[in-house]
This record gives sequence, structure tokens and C-alpha cells, in this order.
Amino acid sequence: MLRWLIGGGREPQGLAEKSSVQTIGEEQIQNPYTELLVLKGHQDIVRFLVQIDDFRFASAGDDGIIFLWNAQTGEKLLELHGHTHKITAIAPFSSSDASEEKKHLILTASADRTVIVWDCTSGRQVQRVSCFHSTVKCLTVLQRLDVWLSGGSDLCVWNRKLDLLCKTSHLTDAGISAMVELPKNCVAAAVGKELIIFRLIASNDGSEGWNVLEVKRLIDHQDNILSLVNVNDLTFVTGSHVGELIVWDALDWTKQACECNFSDSSVHPDVQPEIKLSQSPNETSVQHLTSDEECVFAAVGKGIYVYNLQMKRVIACQRSAHDSSVLHIEKLPNRQLISCSEDGSVRIWELREKQQLPAEPVPTGFFNMWGFGRANKQANQAAKKMQENTPTYFLDLVGDLIGHSSAVQMFLYFGELGLATCSADHLIILWKEGERESKLRSLTLFQKLAQNGDLQLK
Amino acid sequence: MISAPDVVAFTREEELEDELCSEPPLPEEYSVPLFPFASHGANPWARVASSKFTRDFILISEFSEQVGPQPLLTIPDDAKVSGTFDLNYFSLRIMSVDYQASFVGHPPGSAYPKLNFVEDSKVVLGDSKEGAFAYVHHLTLYDLEARGFVRPFCMAYISADEHKIMQQFQELSAEFSKASECLKTGNRKAFANELEKKLKDLDYTRTVLHNETEIQKKANDKGYYTTQAIEKANELASVEKSIIEHQDLLKQIRSYPYRKLKESDFHPYEPECALDQANAGCDQDLTTSEPAETHLYTHVPSYTPKLIKAKSAKCFDKKLKTLEELCDIYFFTQTLDQLHQIERTFRGDVCYLLTDQISRALLKQQSVTNFLFEDVSFLDEKPPEKQYRGCRGLSQDAVDGRCLEESPAPKVVISLGSYKSSVECVPIKMEQEIEDSQEPKMTESVTFEHQENLDYLDADIKGSISSGESIEVLGTEKSASGLTKSESQASLPVSPSPQAGRSKVGSRRTVSEDSIEVLSTCPSESLIPEDFKASYPSAINEEPYADDEEGGLRFTPKLNPDNADEQEDISKQEDLVQVDSTCCIGKESPNFLEPLPDLGQKPCDEDGVVRIPPQPYRQAEQGLRGSFGGFLSHDGISGGLLPYELDSRYLTGSRDVSKSSLDECSDSTSYISSAASTCSDRTPSPAHPACPASERHKKKAGQNALRFIRQYPFAHPAIYSLLSGRTLIVLGEEEAIVKKLVTALSIFVPNCGVYAKPVKHWVTSPLHVVDFQKWKLIGLQRVVSPAGVNVLHALSRYSRYVSILDADSKTLRCPLYKGTLVSRLADHRTQIKRGSTYYMHVQSILTQLCSKAFLFTFCHHLHLPISEREPEESVVNRRMNFLKLQLGLANEDIKIVQYLAELLKLQYIQEPGQGVHPLLRFDYVPSFLYKI
Repeated sequence: MLRWLIGGGREPQGLAEKSSVQTIGEEQIQNPYTELLVLKGHQDIVRFLVQIDDFRFASAGDDGIIFLWNAQTGEKLLELHGHTHKITAIAPFSSSDASEEKKHLILTASADRTVIVWDCTSGRQVQRVSCFHSTVKCLTVLQRLDVWLSGGSDLCVWNRKLDLLCKTSHLTDAGISAMVELPKNCVAAAVGKELIIFRLIASNDGSEGWNVLEVKRLIDHQDNILSLVNVNDLTFVTGSHVGELIVWDALDWTKQACECNFSDSSVHPDVQPEIKLSQSPNETSVQHLTSDEECVFAAVGKGIYVYNLQMKRVIACQRSAHDSSVLHIEKLPNRQLISCSEDGSVRIWELREKQQLPAEPVPTGFFNMWGFGRANKQANQAAKKMQENTPTYFLDLVGDLIGHSSAVQMFLYFGELGLATCSADHLIILWKEGERESKLRSLTLFQKLAQNGDLQLK
Repeated sequence: MISAPDVVAFTREEELEDELCSEPPLPEEYSVPLFPFASHGANPWARVASSKFTRDFILISEFSEQVGPQPLLTIPDDAKVSGTFDLNYFSLRIMSVDYQASFVGHPPGSAYPKLNFVEDSKVVLGDSKEGAFAYVHHLTLYDLEARGFVRPFCMAYISADEHKIMQQFQELSAEFSKASECLKTGNRKAFANELEKKLKDLDYTRTVLHNETEIQKKANDKGYYTTQAIEKANELASVEKSIIEHQDLLKQIRSYPYRKLKESDFHPYEPECALDQANAGCDQDLTTSEPAETHLYTHVPSYTPKLIKAKSAKCFDKKLKTLEELCDIYFFTQTLDQLHQIERTFRGDVCYLLTDQISRALLKQQSVTNFLFEDVSFLDEKPPEKQYRGCRGLSQDAVDGRCLEESPAPKVVISLGSYKSSVECVPIKMEQEIEDSQEPKMTESVTFEHQENLDYLDADIKGSISSGESIEVLGTEKSASGLTKSESQASLPVSPSPQAGRSKVGSRRTVSEDSIEVLSTCPSESLIPEDFKASYPSAINEEPYADDEEGGLRFTPKLNPDNADEQEDISKQEDLVQVDSTCCIGKESPNFLEPLPDLGQKPCDEDGVVRIPPQPYRQAEQGLRGSFGGFLSHDGISGGLLPYELDSRYLTGSRDVSKSSLDECSDSTSYISSAASTCSDRTPSPAHPACPASERHKKKAGQNALRFIRQYPFAHPAIYSLLSGRTLIVLGEEEAIVKKLVTALSIFVPNCGVYAKPVKHWVTSPLHVVDFQKWKLIGLQRVVSPAGVNVLHALSRYSRYVSILDADSKTLRCPLYKGTLVSRLADHRTQIKRGSTYYMHVQSILTQLCSKAFLFTFCHHLHLPISEREPEESVVNRRMNFLKLQLGLANEDIKIVQYLAELLKLQYIQEPGQGVHPLLRFDYVPSFLYKI
């Protein structure tokens, strides 16, 4: 395509051919997103998207502004100004007091060392805390206990009224990078290479006081822990910068399994030697983890890996799913997986069983026409090679969404309403299912007709 | 867009008629009346009639107090326009039907001269002999030096087509009222300035005189006054009186009822509105308070007062102010612009004007779909209520009477016994009486108006005699106001002028023996027979001051009265030329070369002239609105829409000849070479700031589009891309070529809202996804540089959203098109040769498409299940069946209609407060590369 535009010949060494990234071409029958809305507002990189309720979401980024959007119409609902620096963490905090109606709040932490609680209905600042010694890097709400935790260089526990209930001593300068709630009032916090388990203990003097206690330090990771995710009540998973994935027991904090073969360190040379990536640790860092009941999906470097918890092995992988690091990954209910990457694209994958391997994806697009389609062949050959002893599953590219001109930082899946993606190009794009939208518009149209009384014969 | 003038010419062709018969008959409001003389092989544009001018023009004339009626300027300002047409003669005629003429003077009971704020009068008159018909708009301007402070002027729209004048009366009246209002505003401003200066002069004079008197008083101690002293004292007294009078006048001119302006909707001088209001406010202050007055003086500080002589110069010595001097320069140019605009609007065939009005009216009804391919911004503008109330009345009358003449609305009713008023023919008012009636008033003000003035007044009076025989006053607008005015005039004593016959100046101005019938009721001594003989055919420049500055400024009479024979020859030649130029409109008609019927003096009917042009649109067809009537149009449609932006291309000039021949030549030649021909345009400026999609633009776009579809075999998929909402990018190194292609293709781009077309002619920076959301047709620069690579990178990245037309290598990359619709829209073997015709062809097909989209969008069951239990699939099936079978769409055509339907939905469900959320719809379809 580019080559054609530049006007050069059709040499076999096309740009597309060099990369072994699977491409899908322009015909994407299974891609439901045929309509997009660009939401403009941010003036810097948009890093966070968080769902507030069924139709609203908030976005935040380096410009320190929080926007509230209507996920259906793309309408900008509120603009929250208060932070002076970039926003480092955001968490929804909805209260469900029996007496009053459900109140939607969001917590935001910023590099200006403040945490603000916002009311999502009015857009007001409910409260503001600015007594932190360092930037709060993560926020976790423990709905069960009706408290929230802020993690920076120390861990603080707050109640709804923003009273500081207790805090730990200074941990490290780097501070807590991720936190996850565990059963039995425990919290796992990733601090550098270490994983620290804290337990909240109700204070003896009654009244809703809590004490926080460090219970255990786990030092199994070789490098910084980048991602931390709960699988179910019994297990949680961590991933590190050098490509270690460790499955932990959530109750006794013991290591259940470890998968390190994303890197070439070959701790377990017997396991899937073919899944080898290049040596650079960046290429193997576990950027993001997500899971359903059976599997953990890991965004490792440019690739996506599916780790089955029962089989305790990687059952499917796409070594170079994107041209650049995968930043966020999400499992959809319908066996589909969405990933977004620094290369600015969002891709939709489907986990399929090998047996019913469909006909080789036929790229009917432009590249095929030009003989660039060979890129796909290579990829497919690679896939065939894997077939012999890899798992019974594989990841099939169903569609890709191209709209952002820079790294897609995160996305939010809204089910029927579509998909919101945010990016370093300051934009948020709302991807919609065209068919559904068209039908909705028809519905609105006839409602409006009826409302105006235009349907009656005159 | 619904009907083109070209269509009329084709109605002769038999096979077309057959086709028409096979289809169900069109509703009446859509139909263009068939050309009644088609069977005789006559050309509908052969109307040359007997007029001596080649095209419509606007004439501004003045009833000069020195020389009588004289033409001042024509618009367009081109001697060729009026040809051999005698402007002097015609000026005389149009100036002699002024009904308003209520002049200023000392009303009986009032001590000071009184300014009248006279309403303009609007008259239609025809001179069948000359073949000229005119809408005449009389107005008065104020001039301190003029008799009674007023100078009567008139602006006339002169056309050879009687129907045009009659049917466009309301529109003409509205437009001319605006221009007149603008001119008068400027004049009031200038008049106030003049008065201020005069007051300063007087003030200064008074001081000087006062000093002199004082000195005399001191010098003189004899106890009695010398005659000198008495003279001085008298002088002083008259200056004092004069000051009071002038102050009074200033007060009057400033108290001009501005609210009257505010009531009416038009503001001809918008740009200066703020200033004007400031002035108005200032003026109000001025009438009461002094400080404000000084404030006003501050911005004319350069004026130094002069001493005024007790006796002013003789009237014949003084030079009358020119029209430009009478009016503030800003307003003057503004007025001229407006008049040019009027000329551009109304020139051309009346058929064109009417079809345009009809299609506008119909378009306005289609409020749900009209935004797609039309520039609806002009439809939104609210027509001034005041003017169109009358218009609606007219069109409703037309339903009954079908004829303006029979409609009861405009009638001239004049209560003077000697005035006959009948429907068809109203004899012109006798100026003499009015003029005479002024005399008693004038004589009362001897101190102010000098006796000499009266002399030339009389002269003018005699000069203004004209006849009612061939001038038929066909209608005026203001019957009511005319009535009251004539009544007031009638009440004045009618006395023969005592000074009559004193001067022969005016009498020489009586013209054109053959067509003037001297009114017997006019007992004027000035009508000496030899004057008649001497003045044939039209000699006014015998008068010594005929070529004073005003006349010479813009209007230079070319005709020499001595060589009348020569003139006739010339006029005959011009007639022939005229035939050619008018016929070029119908050039596509194969019968063009047929010998034309004798054009001489035959009555119009035998000339093969369309006697029944399309009637103005009537708002009678309620059935049209159907069940959607409620939202189609809530406020009704006015019959005559304001064709303000209409810049008719059908002018009867030589330009079209050259243009169309160029068109033919350049059809097969290269794109660039033909570019020059389309750019050249004789008309200096389109002057359409308010209307981007002017007629000229349409024509140009049409021409370019024609060229595009002939040159590029892959025009169809490109047009399909545009129609289906896929952004088309025209990539090229040269801006001119890219822009030309973009212009050509822009006529196929559906609008996303009521705003401007989503077309970007030239972009140099890398594109972004937001751009595709906003623009559907983009001209993109191809740069051979690292920066250029970025542009192309972006393009290849977003290639799924765009089709790319490479203007340099002549390739196109876009999805496949296998439908049938576009081939009708853009047939490369089309016989259409003219850009505007092709534009209309495109518009008519697109309108068809719109109606399909409308039908599709508003059929409930095609989108929603009939019952709750109905599965989604059956709805989808029904929808596809409808598109394929009912609407007869094939393959990709379905996508076009679906896209248009989405646009319609978006537009309809849009909340009034907020704009449409721009969204980008796309399909994941493969693209293909097309090459020539």
C-alpha cells in the first residue's frame, strides 16, 4: 500500500513482509465495529478509562483532567478539573447505602500528591486529601470493608469519609506499583521485585478502626513485578519484567506454578522449547494480565499468551500479535480477546480449538492483490510448526481497529455499547457496532415521529 | 434542480414524449409546460421581439430640475447593453409615471419648509412599441440646493420580457426596495452633513454681519439709519431666519422614523449596522441636546465655514450634485452592488427564474431530505414577512385568475377626476397638475426660495409632459398609499402656471412624435409643433447643459440625432446579432440552424415566443405533504421565493457562445489545458459571499465533473465511494489539478448536515481519523520528501477508511462497484455538453436517490419488527427485499441508499440544541486498484 503510494515498484521485500505480525487485510467479516466516534477533550496522553455505571465512563491522563462520557452517544458529560499534575491512578468508588440511592464516586490520584473524590453526578469535588509524602500509584477499594487503600511509598487505609485509619511504615522509595485484594482481609502489594502480603485487622477499641499488618514477603520474582491480577478466590497471578509468570495460592500465598519460558532463560527446557522470544527483557515483560476462570491471558512483549491453570501450561500463543508492546488485554465473554498496543492498533482475537481449524485465513485485501500476502503465509507456516506439539488451541485474528495514530494505552469493553479506546494521541475513540446503531437510530426516529404526531394521517 | 431550462427544448423530440407518456403523469407542480409551438420547429429562445437592447438592464434616471428627465447610469455599465435603445426617451417615460411626487415646501399652516418622508412608488410600465417593459421604482433624495430640497430619481429594471416583469414584480419590488432604502439612508446622512455645513456657514455669516452692523452703529451717530445699515439689518434678519429654518430641517432629517426601518426585515447595510445604529442613537440625542451635536461635529473638523452671500448664485449657474455626491459614498457603493446583484439575479430567461423558484419551493418542502445534496443555507433565510405577504396573496390569486392582470391586488386607484383608472391601462398621471399645485406653496416662501428658481421650475414642468398612449401602466404596488397621496394632492388648488411659457428650454425636450400623445387636458403653451418635429427621434443633447457633470459621469449618449438612418441600420444589424446570441442558449437543439422567423414587427405570438411561461409556484397542493406533513413544513411556503443568489447563467451574451464552443473543444483535450477555459469568466466578480454554491460554482463543478467522467474510466467506483460515505482522497503534486478534481467530485458528496459540504480542497499535513469523520472528499498534497512520507504513511494506515485517487499516476484504489445507479449518473458517453446542464442532470438523479432513501428510512417495518416476537432475521429479509425489489437497487447501490438513510436518520433525530455527533461509518471491504 505504502509502496504503491510512494510510487515504487513491487519488490518482494515489502514492508509488510518483514514483520511476522499476522495481518488480516481489509475484509473482516467478523469484526462488528463498523462505526466510530472520536471523543476529543484531552490535551495529553489519555492513560485510564474506568467504567462508572452501565453507560458512563471516565477518562484521565497526563493533562490532569478527568472527563466523563456517555458511552452510547459519545457525549461529554462532565469535565473535572482539580489536579495540577498527571493522573496516576483512578478507581470507581460507588456507595450503596440502603438509605440513599446509589451514589457514584471516583477516586483519582495524581502526581501532585493529592487524591480527590469526585461525585460523578454533579461533578463536584467531594473531598480532597493532600497529606501524601509521595505520589499515590495505585488505589484499591475494598467494597466489603468499605475502605480504600492508597499505595505509594507506603500503604494507607482510608474510610469513606477520608479519615486515615492506619498506614504502614515507609516501604521503599519506588513504592507500591500494584495491589490486589485477597481473601481474609488480605491485600497483595507489588513493591519492586517483592510481593508483600498485608492483612487488615480490626482494631481492638471497636469503632471502625483498622490496623494494617505485614504478613509475608514473597521474593520469588527475579525482576520488578509489573502486573498483578486475581483469578478467583483461591488464586492470583503475578507477572514480572523478565517474563516470569507465577500463580499463587490466595490463601496460603504459596507458589502453585511458574511459567518463565517467555524468556530464553530456559529454566524448564522441557517445556515448549519452541516458544522462544528474543533476548531483550523488554520483549518478554509481562505488561498486563487478565483471566477468566480457566485461563490467564498474558500480554508479554509484543505477544499474547494463554496459560491454562489446570494444565499449568501455555495452551495458545501469538508471539507477535502486534508490531509493538501490547499494553492492555481483555477477555470478552464470547471467547474473544482484545488487545491494544503501542503500535496504535487494537486487535480482536478469538481462541479456537485446533481441531476445527478453519481454512487458512484468506486475506482478500489489498496486500494479496499485490503479492504482499506472503507475509501471512509465513505467519501461517510458523503456526503450522507450532501445531505439532503445542496446544489444542490457537488465537485467530478476527479483526483489527485502526484509528489512533499513537499508542493505545487502554480500552474499556462496554458490551453492546461498544468499545472505548484511549491513546497517546489525546483521543478517545468509541467503536460501535454499526448494525446495532443503525437500528437504534431507526427506533429513535420512529419514537420521535410518534412523539411529534407525524405518524397520523393528516 | 428539478427541472432544467434545457428540458424545455427537448420536449419537441418525439421519442422523449413517448417516454413521458408511458410513465404516470407528474403532479402538476412538477411539470414544466410544454413548449406550445414545438410542432412548428420554432426555438423557444427566439424571443427577440422588437426590443432594441440585447439584455436586461437597470437604468437609473433623474428628473433633473435643470434638464428634465435624464438617464444617469445603466447597470451593467456597458454601452452595448442598451444598444440602440433610447435611454433618454425611456427616462422621460419612466419619470413621468411617478405617483409619489409630493414635493417639499411650506405646507399651508406651517412657518418652515417641511420635509416629507415619501414612500417609494413602484410601477410597472410597458412600451410595446419599443419592446421594453420595466419595473420602475421611484424615490426621492434630499438635496439642500435643489428645489424643495428634493430630487426625484427612479431605478428601472428594463427587460424585453413582459412576463418577467409581471411575474417577478414582488421579487423585483423587494430587491429594489432594499437598494432604495440603502441609497436613501446614505442620502439622509449626506443631507444632514450638508445641513450642518450650511448651518456653520450661516452662523459664521451672522457673526460677520453682526460685527459689521455693530461697526456701522458705532460709526454712525447721526441718529437715523442709513440705507446701508437698514440693508445690513435686513440681511442679518434673513440670515437669522435661514438659520432657524435650516436647524428645523436638520431636526426633521434626523427624526426620520428609523423604527420604520427596524420593522421591515431588510438591513441593506448590515456591515455598518453598528455604526448606523450609533448614528441613529446619536441623531436622537441631537434633536434634543447640544453636546451630542458638537460630538458629531468633531469628526468633521476640517470644515471651515464660508461667508454666505446674501444672494445666492443664479440657479442655472450652479451645478447640481451628482448622485454620488448626494449619497454617502459607502451607501452609494453598497447600493450599486445591490443593483448589480439584482441585475445578475433577474437577467436571463424568465423560465429559468420560475423553474428555479419552483424547485426552491419544492425543495423547501422536502425538509427531511433536502440537506443531502442541496445547499440549504439559502432556504433557511427567512423571507421578509412584509414583502411576501403580498406575494402570497398574489400567488393565491394566481390560482384563480392565473393571470396577474386579473388579480385584484395591485391596482392604481387615483381619485382625481381626470385620472381614469382601469385594470389594464392606467393613463399616466399628469405631472403638470402636481407641479402646478406646488406653486402656491412655493410663492409663499419667497424669502427663502428665490424668484429665479421658479423660472426653471416652469421649464421643467413643460418638459415633463408625456403621453399615456403607449405607456401602459400595468400595476403598482401601493394602492393604499397612492390613494391617500393623490387625494392630498387633489385637494390642492389647481392653477395654471403664471409663468408658463417663459422658457423654452423644457419644451424642446418633448420627444418622439410618434409615440407620444399629448394629453388634451393639459393646457400648456409650451407644446409648440416645431418642437415635435425637431426632436425626432430623440434629441436631448441639443440643450446647452445636457452634458453637465452628472450626465457625463457615467452615461455617455452615443447617438447622434442627425444620422437616424444609420441608426436604423445599426439596430437591424444588432437585431441579427441578437438572434445569434440568444439562440446560443438552445444550442443543443438540433434545429438551431433553421431559418428564424421574420423577427421584424410581428406580434409576439407569431414569433414563436413562449406565451405561457411556467406560472409561479402555487401553494395549493396539500396532497404532497402526505402523512409527514407535520414536519415537512410547519410554516408554509411562500409562493415566490427570493431568488437572491440566483446568478443566472442564461444571459443572452456572447459569452455563452464562446464558452460552449470551448466546452466542446476541450472535451477530449487534456485536463490542464481546459482548465484555463473554465477559469476565465467575463463577469468580474461573482459577489456571492453569502452563497458558496453559487450558480457559477455549480457550472464549473459540472464542467469539471463532465471532464472527469469522460477522462477516467474508473469514475464510477470513485463516485460510488463518495455516495456511500467513504472518504475519497485526491492525491497529487499540483494543487490546481487536485483542486479541480475535488471541485468536480464535490457535486456527488452528500452533506452530513445543513452545514457546508464535507469537502476539503487542499491538505498538506498527514491525515487523521478525525479528518475522515469530518470530510468526505479531500485534496491531499503529495510531497516527495521525508515529510511527505509521513503523509503517505498515515494514508496507508487508514487505507481501510478511504479511497485514493492518484491524480498524478491516474490510478484509483477503492472498493469494487457493480451497481447500476452510478452509470446513469455518470455516463461517459453522455450527450450533455454544458456544465450547468450536467449539474442539473446529476441533481435530478440524486434527488431520485434521496426520495428512495427517504422511503427506506421512514418505512417502519423495514427497520423494526412488526410484532414483539418477530425475529430479527425476518426484518432483515424484509429490508433487503424492499431495497432490491421495491427500490430496484442492485449490489452496491444498496449501500448508497443505506448510507443516505443513516444521514437522514441522524439529521432527523438530532436534537435542535446540539449539533450532529460526527461519526464515521465504514465497512470492512477489500479495495482494488484501477488504472487507466
